Amino acid sequence: MAIVFERTTGLTDKPFHYCPGCTHGIIHRIIAETMVEMGILDSTVGVASVGCTYNSYEYFSCDMVQAAHGRAPAVATGIKRSLKDKLVFTYQGDGDLASIGTAEIIHAAARGEKICTFFVNNAVYGMTSGQMAPTTLLGQVTTTSPFGRDASYQGYPINVSELIAQLTGAVYVERVSLTDYKNVMKAKAAVKKAFEVQMSGKGFAFVEFLSTCPTNWGKEPCESLEWLKEKMIPQYPLGCFKGADLDLEVKS
Amino acid sequence: MAQKRVLMKGNEVIAEAALRAGCRNYFGYPITPQTEVMHYMAKKMVQIGGNFVQAESEVSAINMVYGAAAAGARVLTSSSSPGISLKQEGISYIAGAELPAVVVNIVRAGPGLGGIQPAQGDYFQATKGGGHGDYRNFVIAPASVQELYELTVEAFNIADRYRMLVMILGDGTLGQMMEPVAYRENENIETYEKPWACTGRQGRSEHNIVTSIYIEPDVLEAKNRELQDKYALIESKEVRYEAIGLEDAEIVITAFSTCSRISRNVIRQAAELGIKVGMIRPITLWPFPSKIINETAAKSSVKAFLDVELNAGQMVEDVRLAVNGKKPVYFHGRMGGNLPTQKEILDKIIKIHEGGAV
Repeated sequence: MAIVFERTTGLTDKPFHYCPGCTHGIIHRIIAETMVEMGILDSTVGVASVGCTYNSYEYFSCDMVQAAHGRAPAVATGIKRSLKDKLVFTYQGDGDLASIGTAEIIHAAARGEKICTFFVNNAVYGMTSGQMAPTTLLGQVTTTSPFGRDASYQGYPINVSELIAQLTGAVYVERVSLTDYKNVMKAKAAVKKAFEVQMSGKGFAFVEFLSTCPTNWGKEPCESLEWLKEKMIPQYPLGCFKGADLDLEVKS
Repeated sequence: MAQKRVLMKGNEVIAEAALRAGCRNYFGYPITPQTEVMHYMAKKMVQIGGNFVQAESEVSAINMVYGAAAAGARVLTSSSSPGISLKQEGISYIAGAELPAVVVNIVRAGPGLGGIQPAQGDYFQATKGGGHGDYRNFVIAPASVQELYELTVEAFNIADRYRMLVMILGDGTLGQMMEPVAYRENENIETYEKPWACTGRQGRSEHNIVTSIYIEPDVLEAKNRELQDKYALIESKEVRYEAIGLEDAEIVITAFSTCSRISRNVIRQAAELGIKVGMIRPITLWPFPSKIINETAAKSSVKAFLDVELNAGQMVEDVRLAVNGKKPVYFHGRMGGNLPTQKEILDKIIKIHEGGAV
């Protein structure tokens, strides 16, 4: 019988530890598949961060460096500067990237570091059990905003893609979701484009994935996808904020 | 062999030595009084096709160091006390991930922003870890510009040899002073294979991982034991110090770096007064030269120790541990960026010699 689908070699055999309904697994898969399809698995170094994906180095089968909380873009800078002919990506959550790592991500983008950042925004701290993130929506209940995020008390959500897109060094910025097959395919195309941008040497590439966290949202997986569509997308509109029409002729 | 000598500033010599050691990656953030290291690198790295990045913070700079080291490169960062405090997170991760890197601390007076004058108040921070967890840095304390050169080159060899962070602990005096330095024609660069480095798999059957997290307690404890075994090996093999006049010294000064230079003159002055003073100058602050201090304390000719530092008494604790009660250990320290005068130290020596209160 013909094999029509199998696990990508971009992932190891280790089963994911992610909760049911969490979209990290899909994001891992499409990044891994893209590396294999582009033939870059052997020439890519990934940077894992701190949060639920702290051990993503056990899943991605490319070389992987684990970084301190929020520091992945700085670590990636060090790797890329010393391995200019290799591809480097960071994989970061919203607490890691948009809170403790704000300086690192902004300046990596401003320097136009030739790296890709895959930013997973699920509007909550997952690993440490559901605290308010910089991307938590107004009114959203978390363990540290138990009465709902109140703008007068806890400020406003940060739209990271829009912020990054303001920086000249960032040449490709897109926000995607994983709510259905069509969007997963769009997300995968964005991953591919981010790597192509890096290969072209044009500058910093950033893809934001709107992601679910059923465990900390207190919702069923399907219900979580609906909540993402109804609540998150109005705050975080999907689309390409920069670089939609980039000429990506890869430098030889 | 000694070559033509050139007059250079300590900080610039550190940068030049790093380049000679094959370091092609520098990541830093401006802070006084180490800035010349950075200025030198900013120019030279561009000229030779290396990497110089002025990071957005010391936190980022040390994490760039972590990344470059993980990729197998020789890498340097330099800073001064408040900046080194910010780097402690990364320093702990570098220890945990066992990465080779060289960090320069041109120490200024603290605490807080303190001042920009020389001090040795970071001895505890440098030698006892500084960040979280059970780890050590290899800490070198040069006492001259020539030594800054030689020991900086050696720092890169040690870092690669043991996959660990080597800290060069200087101070504002050493970094800012100009002295003649003689460069070797051929550097002693030890090269080590780095099969663990994350360089892209390039056909390797297994992917490489650089990490400092081990969630399973037994695995983490085993990792810690490995680290401690490595540290024990280093303590048995890599201790360096200079000993002066221990054959017949009655009073032994312990002092490192700038304080050893002042003390060296005091030894001469004391001899003129008929007082036999020797000195043990630790060159490695960790591993600490405990053995020679302990053996010296056991000598009947030795009556007492005088530890001289630019702090409230930090290395003196290690001296006392090494002396282990065999002889009295006195202390003289200055803080805030002030240096002890030769007269201050000589007066202490005279009092100790007379058996008076110190």
